[in-house]
Amino acid sequence: MEWETVIGLEIHVQLATKTKIFSGSSTAFGAEPNTQASAVDLALPGTLPVFNENALRMAVMFGLAIDAEIGKRSVFERKNYFYPDLPKGYQTTQLAEPVVGRGHVDIELADGRIQQVRIHHAHLEEDAGKSLHEDFHGMTGIDLNRAGTPLIEIVTEPDMRNAEEAVAFARKLHSLVTSLGICDGNMAEGSLRFDVNVSVRPKGTETLGTRTETKNLNSFRFMEEAIELEVERQIDVIEGGGEIRQETRLYNGDTKVARAMRSKEEANDYRYFPCPDLLPIVIDDAYIEAVRATLPILPAQWKATFVEQYGLSEYDASVLSSNNVQAAYYDQVAKSCGDGKLAANWVMGELARLLNQHDTDIKASPVSAEQLGGLLTRIKDDTISGNIAKKVFEAMWLEGGSADEIIDAKGLKQVTDSGAIEGIVDQVIASSDKQVEQYKAAEPDKRGKMLGFFMGQVMKASGGKANPGAVTGILKQKLDALCD
Amino acid sequence: MFDKTLAELAGGLAAGDFSSLELTESCLGRIKSQDAAYNSFITVTEELALSQARAADSLRAAGKAGIFTGLPLAHKDIFCTQGVRTSCASRMLDNFIAPYDATLVRKFNDAGAVTLGKTNMDEFAMGSSNESSFYGPSRNPWDTDRVPGGSSGGSAAAIAARLVPAATGTDTGGSIRQPAALCGITGLKPTYGRVSRYGMIAFASSLDQAGPMARTAEDAALMLNVMAGFDPMDSTCVEREVPDYSASLNDSLEGLRIGLPKEYFADNLNPAIAEQVQNAIREFEKLGASVREISLPNTALAVPAYYIIAPAEASTNLSRFDGVRYGYRCDNPVDLEDLYKRSRGEGFGDEVKRRIMVGTYALSAGYYDAYYRKAQQARRLIQQDFIQALSEVDVIMGPTTPQPAFRIGEKSSDPVQMYMEDIYTLALNLAGLPGMSVPCGLAQGLPVGLQIIGNYFSEAKLLNVAHRFQQATDWHTLAPASIKG
Repeated sequence: MEWETVIGLEIHVQLATKTKIFSGSSTAFGAEPNTQASAVDLALPGTLPVFNENALRMAVMFGLAIDAEIGKRSVFERKNYFYPDLPKGYQTTQLAEPVVGRGHVDIELADGRIQQVRIHHAHLEEDAGKSLHEDFHGMTGIDLNRAGTPLIEIVTEPDMRNAEEAVAFARKLHSLVTSLGICDGNMAEGSLRFDVNVSVRPKGTETLGTRTETKNLNSFRFMEEAIELEVERQIDVIEGGGEIRQETRLYNGDTKVARAMRSKEEANDYRYFPCPDLLPIVIDDAYIEAVRATLPILPAQWKATFVEQYGLSEYDASVLSSNNVQAAYYDQVAKSCGDGKLAANWVMGELARLLNQHDTDIKASPVSAEQLGGLLTRIKDDTISGNIAKKVFEAMWLEGGSADEIIDAKGLKQVTDSGAIEGIVDQVIASSDKQVEQYKAAEPDKRGKMLGFFMGQVMKASGGKANPGAVTGILKQKLDALCD
Repeated sequence: MFDKTLAELAGGLAAGDFSSLELTESCLGRIKSQDAAYNSFITVTEELALSQARAADSLRAAGKAGIFTGLPLAHKDIFCTQGVRTSCASRMLDNFIAPYDATLVRKFNDAGAVTLGKTNMDEFAMGSSNESSFYGPSRNPWDTDRVPGGSSGGSAAAIAARLVPAATGTDTGGSIRQPAALCGITGLKPTYGRVSRYGMIAFASSLDQAGPMARTAEDAALMLNVMAGFDPMDSTCVEREVPDYSASLNDSLEGLRIGLPKEYFADNLNPAIAEQVQNAIREFEKLGASVREISLPNTALAVPAYYIIAPAEASTNLSRFDGVRYGYRCDNPVDLEDLYKRSRGEGFGDEVKRRIMVGTYALSAGYYDAYYRKAQQARRLIQQDFIQALSEVDVIMGPTTPQPAFRIGEKSSDPVQMYMEDIYTLALNLAGLPGMSVPCGLAQGLPVGLQIIGNYFSEAKLLNVAHRFQQATDWHTLAPASIKG
């Protein structure tokens, strides 16, 4: 039987506020355990939450960016369960009235298809602390630094059909929240965590199969692996005559093994009810419009500009627009050299290669967009060839300086003077009797292919500085003259 | 000195008749020698009190004294007090030294008040008799075999016994007004949101409200002047101007419209109490008020609605007491579940456990709509009753309790009978309205409380009405026969 996979995601996004959602403690990562836990975070008797308006602003930014309905009234509820890293014995979250309603995110697939993933809603909530099992023999340490960090939990509709789509969505979401500046995007530190709901059904049927939820995937690769493993497992179970249990699962990215954590029967009754310590959040159109005015240019807008204005392919435009810094960088390079495609090739090619090689990102690039734009301008005006440009770029990366300064200092200026080129061409022809004879003997329509040898020799003799266009013309003219 | 009101003591301090240190030592002496009979204190903060008194005297010497500088009072042991045990009368918090001051405590400290100690109460404020205290019941100074009421019973008993001139209390369903009535003192539950809840250990967050307990309305006004006001640490605290509650105490009651809800004078009301309340109403007529019967038709819904909502909120408010970070932890837990079960099982008393279980049940999947949602609907109906009635009258009056103080043990085996004790008081918490209880006579030799209910933020009016009554009567000056000089 052929099976179809159905995937929905729940994503926890830590908001990049300076302080916690209900207390004034810092949210910075990596501090000594429990040094960023105030009386409120510790849930000392008598303490009360005060809502951080910045978290609301960021959630609304997200809602606007995915074209969602914004909840004019949203309500915090208590989700009750006992766990040592949950100090109050409940998580303050939203359920019936979330801040962000239905919206959508469009993803591009490798085959160029655009697919819409519907967002069911996104709600504000507080993160829990951490239980540390390793460092304490026979005991568990509790670190409440993370407790109370603001989150938005984003819940998608089950609109994805394979791991590729799920990962494409995850990457898109990552680029969206980092472009918005509402999340630092650091997945290793848990700033963005994915829960994956997976089920399978016979292809062509409508009814959803029983789903499992694999929690807390914190890399795209683990997510892909976990989905593929789970799909395989579910098909094996069903084809072996078994049934899928609704359960929560954990995937270990190091051992590549997944295991069941708890089944639905063991699940808590969370006894949600509106938190009486917090008033409903009520916002109006003016608030929403004020937030809208602060939105940066979003990936979708960058992408449309790149396709329309610079004639890029959908794919190139998607890659370049995936994060705001890269998009803005590319845009500046393209504007400065006046050639969007050339700029795209360089940003995605040479620049990406060196960034990767030096394990850094575009924010920390030693070559600025202005420098790179200047370099590409010199390719455009035939001052240097593409190959020479690569040398100039490497020099720029290592030593700094503008393209013109480097070209001057290293004497890399392209030779376009036809007299000089003719001299070199004559020399090459004179010292290549065998190849000249072959050229002459060839059918006229095969001769073009044979120019390559002579081109190579001329470029070599010129130290790479001869203008390739000019060389081609002169070579052809002189060789053809010998054939008459 | 011990029989003086706050206002009189403030006058004495200002006139230099005695120092705050002398006054404080006198109070501490009385607590030490007499509280064994009343068990009204859980913790006496002698050192803190003496140092605050000395500081107050220095301030006064420097000419920087305010009206409250050097005045002694006690705090219900539900308010966090920095460096002092804050137990909520529970084994769960018997070892809890609060690392911060509740906003209300800080405000009194800033005003120069002297903290004598922390008063007894029902465990986590759950009770109407003080019998659920881990530290044993407080006793009614009018008859020490009887309860002082609850949950702020320790505060009421300490004031009635003239151990302290005033104390703070909290009222979730009558916990200021009922003990005030049973002990013959004056208590005010302000409008929900008038006084900060920060640092006040939560029982039912949407109902809890702190308020003053004292001998007179005049003293309650002095205290409310310190307590009331916006607190950025409490999102439910209302940002609204605070009037000078002392300024309008003597306003005329000519033309005051009083409503008497017929539901509050029904069958289960003790006739002797009904008589004293009627006598009080006649006193108001003499002061120029007009009286009419009104109806609060949904009164019967108040007890059932309250006993869903309050336990529901309590069941999650008390989840933080889990033996992990502070408070009671069972010996040698074998695993996490054992830690939770035994810490909570051993740390909480029966009434607290009962309410946690009721509340947990009411919020459970499948029961939420039948209980919690219905109770919230009933709450809105009750609120509408009051809003309607208060559009026609200025204040509503009736008995605070259906019976005078009952004997210790008399109702402790029947929770429902105990819950009916609050039948006239808890509707007010559901509606969020302010209310007072003032002494208005004796029934079988025990104090009777007159309840005065007003519209939202009408505390100044309530205090004015109560003060004029106390100018015209002397019920509030009666002291229990047992007290010694």
